[in-house]
Amino acid sequence: MADIVLDKVSKRFPDGTVAVQDVDLEIADGEFVILVGPSGCGKSTTLNMIAGLEDISSGELRIAGQRVNDKAPRDRDIAMVFQSYALYPNMTVRENMAFPLRLAKLDRATIDAKVDEAAKVLELTPLLDRKPANLSGGQRQRVAMGRAIVRQPKAFLMDEPLSNLDAKLRVQMRTVVSRLQKQLGTTTVYVTHDQTEAMTLGDRVVIMRGGAVQQVGPPQELYDHPRNLFVAGFIGSPSMNFLHAAVSEGRLRTALGDVPVGDRLRRQLEGADAPRELILGIRPEHFEDAELIDEETRRRGMEFDAPVDIVESMGSDKYVYFTIEGERATAAELEELAADAGAADFAGAGSSLVTRLSAESAAREGENRRVWFNLDKIHLFDPSTGRNLTLHEGRAAGALAD
Amino acid sequence: MSINATPTGADVAADETATRSGGRHAAVPAQRTGRRAKAPLSENKRAERRLGWLLCAPAALVMVLVTAYPILYSVWLSLQRFDLRFPDQREFIGLENYTTVLSNQFWWTAFGVTALITVVTVAIELVLGMGLALIMHRTLVGRGIVRTAALIPYGIVTVVAAFSWRYAWTPGTGYLANVFDGSAPLTERASSLAIVMLAEIWKTTPFMALLLMAGLALVPEDLLKAASTDGATSWQRFTKVMLPVMKPAILVALLFRTLDAFRVFDNIFVLTAGGNETSSVSMLAYNNLIRGLNLGIGSTMSVLIFITVAIIAFVFVKMFGTAAPGSDDGERR
Ligand SMILES: Nc1ncnc2c1ncn2[C@@H]1O[C@H](COP(=O)(O)OP(=O)(O)OP(=O)(O)O)[C@@H](O)[C@H]1O
Ligand SMILES: [Mg+2]
Repeated sequence: MADIVLDKVSKRFPDGTVAVQDVDLEIADGEFVILVGPSGCGKSTTLNMIAGLEDISSGELRIAGQRVNDKAPRDRDIAMVFQSYALYPNMTVRENMAFPLRLAKLDRATIDAKVDEAAKVLELTPLLDRKPANLSGGQRQRVAMGRAIVRQPKAFLMDEPLSNLDAKLRVQMRTVVSRLQKQLGTTTVYVTHDQTEAMTLGDRVVIMRGGAVQQVGPPQELYDHPRNLFVAGFIGSPSMNFLHAAVSEGRLRTALGDVPVGDRLRRQLEGADAPRELILGIRPEHFEDAELIDEETRRRGMEFDAPVDIVESMGSDKYVYFTIEGERATAAELEELAADAGAADFAGAGSSLVTRLSAESAAREGENRRVWFNLDKIHLFDPSTGRNLTLHEGRAAGALAD
Repeated sequence: MSINATPTGADVAADETATRSGGRHAAVPAQRTGRRAKAPLSENKRAERRLGWLLCAPAALVMVLVTAYPILYSVWLSLQRFDLRFPDQREFIGLENYTTVLSNQFWWTAFGVTALITVVTVAIELVLGMGLALIMHRTLVGRGIVRTAALIPYGIVTVVAAFSWRYAWTPGTGYLANVFDGSAPLTERASSLAIVMLAEIWKTTPFMALLLMAGLALVPEDLLKAASTDGATSWQRFTKVMLPVMKPAILVALLFRTLDAFRVFDNIFVLTAGGNETSSVSMLAYNNLIRGLNLGIGSTMSVLIFITVAIIAFVFVKMFGTAAPGSDDGERR
């Protein structure tokens, strides 16, 4: 067990591609850290550099306080789980799991004991004499996990270990991974594409974009206090709604009406080089059916009317989609997010608004509905830099803060 | 021996090729059916198999027409006393030709020479070919050039290459002979054989490398990465991960090369013409058939070569038929 420190680590491939750029990251001993980001953002490359499978172009990597830049993977004492599982097809399950131990020249009895124990934890005991070709996807995945845990390495590195499983199995294995990591207390770096895995598994989440770290923090913090437009749009499902907002006379003109701003924000917007246009972001759950809120709450937000497009009743609450008029929010980040999620899944920057209302809401498709939204929970982003302007000392404070 | 003898020689070689491939292809389906017949087949499976046979049929038919006739005709000839110099003595004599050949010292010498050449060249080609394949697989810069350069020897006509080797080893004028103080290595048995093997290896290593490279492409990158993090050195990655995964490709390459090497002809024909007991079995068969005009004895030798080659193919097919991952047997259990 050990801590892992990345100190301005970069990776430049021979063809000139910069896959990872100046990544600073301190992973504490026993911590479970998740790397997320769109495809091609350098997650696997970062992981491979930690494992020693890719050379580090510049910067320093320390494991347990020791510089390991020039150490071969075998000298780093790290176990890796691959998306493809990478099981040795010519070996049985037992031999696969024993492979790292045999290479470490442990004696037979110890190897058998360790493999049996790991097999018991992962419920692989009846499968020990099978070849990987004769296992189901979930079983293969567990063998890959087993091969990683038998060694009791300093750290686990996992590159999308669950993404080849079907949805149900993935949920199951997610809890297995989580329980295993807690039991063993081994430092873990876990790469994923999956929102849910990112939000539920880790102690901290690292969001990457184009080889650079965007924000690091516990999942809830990233959700509540996104540092920039990219993080705000990436975390959350359905994603945050983004609207175009024009700054005029100390107010913001948006498709939902004129949004007042507090003193602090006004000061920011008065500067000579302050942006004249902003992007307003608001999460679906910060809307509510205007009929269902009390006066106290009403005062903290504002209301608008819009035609209801679709109503999806989830039982516990309702997802209501509204069509709104007005200019669309545009920014490079939003286009990238839309491309990564597939346009259908990322409605954030479209002309439709996703809201999550109470189940009691009487919203019906085709009719107009009055909706309230919470001004304390609004985020405002500078479209050119993506910076979250409502963030004060790392906390989002809404539009009205003084 | 003059150049115009070569076309005839090539004919014999082509005939042998046909014989050999006939043997190989005959062995595979026979063995498969034998194994599959154990399990009862579902309706679906049976229909699928029927379709399989139907799809193979045209090719199989052509092959039978092209190969079965020469094979059967050679067998027929081998059972007769038939010397074109004495055509009226033609007579059916059963297996007498076989006893003659199999008790003949020249046959066994040639057989030994052929076996030696086969074993030594294939072994060396495997090692060199693997090295070359690894280099070609790993090179990132100038990949195309490296591959093209490596394949040049295989692209040169064997006879032409053999002549260039012969001239190179000719005392007085050859550059290689001059390096060795103007000795005449092609006049001694051991050195002649060494040169024949050298020429064979030089020529066919690229082919081996190409087959092995196809096998290397089958080894997933993740598997090697996993082995690295599991603590394997590069040698351990090679022996414990790459080789087992590549095994089917290696066996196929070995089979092809063994069968090929066993019919070694052109190099010996050009370099030594079989002098100093350097004849291979193909060479001997050629000498009897074409030069000696003894169709009976020559055909007997051809049939014996065919049988040997069939045995080699059978052993190989049996071996990797049971060992290949992905084959029926490998995955059961
Ligand atoms: N060997 C290489 N040579 C050049 N560029 C590479 C190489 N390997 C990866 N890249 C590039 O580096 C970038 C990061 O790749 P990486 O595999 O780390 O992405 P990723 O975040 O893991 O993506 P995914 O989620 O799709 O797995 C990509 O733009 C990729 O094209
Ligand atoms: Mg990846």
